Amino acid sequence: MHSNVSDGAAGATLEEDVRAPLHQSADNGLKIVIVGGFGVGKTTMVRSVSEIRPLNTEETMTQAGVGVDDPAGVEAKSTTTVAFDFGRITINDRNVLYLFGAPGQERFWFLWDRLFAGTLGAVVLVDTRRLHDSWYAIDRLEAHGMPFIVAHNDFGGEQHTLEQIRDALDLSPHVPLVSCDARDRESSKQVLISLVRHLYALAAQ
Amino acid sequence: MSPLGPDDDPDRLYTVTGGRSRAAGSRFDLVTLIVAECEPAPGMQSEHVRILELARRPTAVVELSAALRLPVSVVRILLTDLLDTGRITARHPRTAARAELPEPDLLKEVLDALQRL
Repeated sequence: MHSNVSDGAAGATLEEDVRAPLHQSADNGLKIVIVGGFGVGKTTMVRSVSEIRPLNTEETMTQAGVGVDDPAGVEAKSTTTVAFDFGRITINDRNVLYLFGAPGQERFWFLWDRLFAGTLGAVVLVDTRRLHDSWYAIDRLEAHGMPFIVAHNDFGGEQHTLEQIRDALDLSPHVPLVSCDARDRESSKQVLISLVRHLYALAAQ
Repeated sequence: MSPLGPDDDPDRLYTVTGGRSRAAGSRFDLVTLIVAECEPAPGMQSEHVRILELARRPTAVVELSAALRLPVSVVRILLTDLLDTGRITARHPRTAARAELPEPDLLKEVLDALQRL
């Protein structure tokens, strides 16, 4: 799962990556989230288009910190932890786009509002070998009113038409569905362009 | 990179935050850009020093979190300390609080930048 982007930063330490500096005038962070099951290629896609090597961090939260306010429940507190990768693309002197690769499992959606409120839109990355991994993500995005597109990461195995995938996902006709190779920079870039065009069309309505 | 492991070292998280767990830090979005307004001073907590060093240029909360290898919620607490004492300023995302779609002009800028990639 190596990207085919020129890997000039291969030897870079975390420190150097983090210090690939933004413009001094940068003042507006934007978010796009790539959601998908384990191993579907989220990090690969982030790496393909990011100007920094993907970084990893996590959010942890106790039950009490996410809205269940039970002062007696100190012993009953449970911790929710969600790890995610991210990369970034500088848009211009003021705007910088962060791409987050995030797992679609249940506990992730628990933290969606805290982490990803204000997200421009989402890409659901799907693998036809495990389409059921995406049903839940699609359902949650619809519930959150978050615009999204679906991208089929084509691993070159069994061939499926986009029509078959759309049927299998029971995807409504207004949600764009594209095929991609997450290892490929141009292909991953086209996925993001498809998402932003979709957002643009929605915003213009 | 192996995932961060707060469970591996709960003492560190407790020490870093002074035992606080309920961040007033919801003021900070993942992509809020932090800018240092001063140089680190002697005697400051090491995590505060690191943040001030990293944020000499605008740096997103999530990048600070990755660099410090601390969960975002912990970084938010540290940032609250620095903001309250005027050592940093925060540039919040303009779309964060809004439920509606972003401005078409902004989307156009994003689209142009992606096409240039």
